[in-house]
Amino acid sequence: MSALKIKKGSSSHSAYDLRDPNAEIIEAHTLAVMVDNEVGVLARVIGLFSGRGYNIDSLTVAEVDHKGHRSRITVVTRGTPAVIEQIKAQLGRLVPVHEVHDLTVEGPSVERELALFKVVGAGEKRIEALRLAEIFRANVVDSTLESFVFEITGTPEKIDAFAELMRPLGLSDVARTGVAALARGA
Amino acid sequence: MSGQMTGARMVVQALRDQGVDTVFGYPGGAVLPIYDEIFQQNDIRHILVRHEQGAVHMAEGYARSTGKPGVVLVTSGPGATNAVTGLTDALLDSIPLVVLTGQVPTFMIGTDGFQEADTVGITRPCTKHNWLVKDTDKLAETIHQAFHVATQGRPGPVLIDIPKDVQFATGTYVAPKATRTGHYQPKVKGDIDLITELVEWMETAQRPILYTGGGLINSGPGASQLLRELADATGFPVTSTLMGLGAYPASGKNWIGMLGMHGLYEANLAMHGCDLMINLGARFDDRITGRIADFSPRSKKAHVDIDPSSINKVIHVDLGIVGDVGHVLEDLLKVWKSRGRKVNKEGLAKWWAQIDEWKAKKCLTYRNSDQVIKPQYALERLEALTKGRDRYITTEVGQHQMWAAQFLGFDAPNRWMTSGGLGTMGYGLPASIGVQVAHPDALVINVAGEASWLMNMQEMGTAVQFRAPVKQFILNNERLGMVRQWQQLLHGERYSHSWSESLPDFVKLAEAFGCKGAKVDSPKDLDDAIMAMIEYDGPFILDVLVEKHENCFPMIPSGKPHNEMLLGDASTEGAIQAGGAVLV
Ligand SMILES: Cc1ncc(C[n+]2csc(CCOP(=O)(O)OP(=O)(O)O)c2C)c(N)n1
Ligand SMILES: [Mg+2]
Repeated sequence: MSALKIKKGSSSHSAYDLRDPNAEIIEAHTLAVMVDNEVGVLARVIGLFSGRGYNIDSLTVAEVDHKGHRSRITVVTRGTPAVIEQIKAQLGRLVPVHEVHDLTVEGPSVERELALFKVVGAGEKRIEALRLAEIFRANVVDSTLESFVFEITGTPEKIDAFAELMRPLGLSDVARTGVAALARGA
Repeated sequence: MSGQMTGARMVVQALRDQGVDTVFGYPGGAVLPIYDEIFQQNDIRHILVRHEQGAVHMAEGYARSTGKPGVVLVTSGPGATNAVTGLTDALLDSIPLVVLTGQVPTFMIGTDGFQEADTVGITRPCTKHNWLVKDTDKLAETIHQAFHVATQGRPGPVLIDIPKDVQFATGTYVAPKATRTGHYQPKVKGDIDLITELVEWMETAQRPILYTGGGLINSGPGASQLLRELADATGFPVTSTLMGLGAYPASGKNWIGMLGMHGLYEANLAMHGCDLMINLGARFDDRITGRIADFSPRSKKAHVDIDPSSINKVIHVDLGIVGDVGHVLEDLLKVWKSRGRKVNKEGLAKWWAQIDEWKAKKCLTYRNSDQVIKPQYALERLEALTKGRDRYITTEVGQHQMWAAQFLGFDAPNRWMTSGGLGTMGYGLPASIGVQVAHPDALVINVAGEASWLMNMQEMGTAVQFRAPVKQFILNNERLGMVRQWQQLLHGERYSHSWSESLPDFVKLAEAFGCKGAKVDSPKDLDDAIMAMIEYDGPFILDVLVEKHENCFPMIPSGKPHNEMLLGDASTEGAIQAGGAVLV
């Protein structure tokens, strides 16, 4: 197959690559999708991404308007600008979808993620972990004589950086929520 | 009408209130309450099929030929899974369908109950939308919403899964008028500034082309009328996809034929060489574009589509207008007229001279024979002998389908039903029955290949039972002809499993079903055979034994641009390289 120069990977979007071979650069975009909180709506959105070969870097969902049964899905996805436009249009045509916002292009926005880190260790390493946690404004939400659970919020990059630092200090488990994002301003 | 009633009765009431006159279906345990209600009324006719796939294709034929949504009723589990191919077919060709499936009772869902399948899960990617109704009070409203979603915006199939206890329970019926259709209200009017910009381009274009598609048919007969007005007033040439045939009449003076993989030379070269392409309700399918990088390289492109996701999906256009093509055409004509009906007369004259030169190539020429029936000849005769009649054509999938598109002319929309996007063998016979049910007095012909026809041949029983006098015009080459053609051109003439062995005797088969059949194998007997088929008062199978090794041309091999078309056997040697072979 490789002799035929078929591009592998989901970003080429089609089973075979009929796209411009000089494809533009891949960009990450954060999309906020407002949906009716009806049965199966998340499966519909996820199925769209997998069925059409789009990427999901992270996805969070929760009902944000209990009266109106409206949920907000925040998806971080990657693709060329053309693919990003397709993703938005494809999301927009799902019947339970009310609005699709591309926070990456619609103006400044804030992105936050929450993560829990379990770090196991003793002695110097344990002290170092605690010191770094303070610098990162991570809270200790559980501790035993040989472990901490830190809670940290921030951009995904900040959480990645914290993870890197904790790894040599006895990082044993990580739980991350994925990104929640809102446009800045009124 | 409102008030308290059982879920099963609600289904029938809701269908009645939606103006449904026909349901195609097949009963089973999980829909028995609904069948009980159907038994007790006479407003809605139920057509009992022989396989649920047949029911869905019949509903497609019904929908495509009437412009109304087709309705299907099947049971849970295997009933629902058998409907999946038809749903996918309708999704790709944007056919409005409302499919009702039975489901195990709500308290058994998730227990792997008898004939339980996750129907909404299975059909989520092959419907425009689907619902599982767990509360009888919500049932009527859901059905009305389903009709709304199926028919508004880009049409498509929807499915409602109804557990058996919901059918038995009593709830409050809600009439269509009292139903909230929700926020789903696709935009139908196009942006007038963009339309005006397109008019400006039209005024100066030297080599314009109207590239039309199935969206024009879906938009209703008014859209086809407006297209005719636009083409005739501007003098722009018109081509169409497989799905759009009939929107502009084949006998119209601006018609340059179907485009695409097996489209006409003049249509494809005009697409390649135009300087303004106006896409009206088509979607730049890969059968149309060939190699993307070389698709119509020197043109400005405008695209009118009701589905925003169609615009810039495959081909990046210079102007995308989201809206119903009928509405957009109306505004387009208004603006064009108000600005003085300008076109580039000189440019157009030259353009037509060029197109006429391409036409002179007579790309559909084939070598006829007085010994064997050439499939093209069979279709020419069918065309000649049925032309003036109230005629509807359906097809199966393969070479015969492409020849039918090339050799039959359609002067009106909704007269041509074929599986375009999915290419579903087995579509044509049931679709022809659906068309016939909607148009009892019309002449309905399924142009079939013998292999495709066998895929849903059980539906002959339905045709006989419901006295649908459908004509099955089988171009029997004893081959999976289209597969054989690709193997000849792409796979070194290694004909791996592409012939039809052990074919039934179609005449005896017709008799076995209780209808009539005939076989014809000589060109000189063909006309009489066709007339006998047309004049017979009932379903008829005509087994036309045709040349076994005929290839369908013109052909743009996958992955090739429009101007690298194969015109006949002589031009095929080494024409398709490995790079193209991976494409479907
Ligand atoms: C359900 C299904 N299976 C397989 C195919 C692939 N396929 C496309 S055309 C074709 C051969 C069709 O043979 P026939 O109906 O005899 O038509 P012909 O090409 O000979 O005119 C096949 C197998 C398909 N389109 N649909
Ligand atoms: Mg055949």
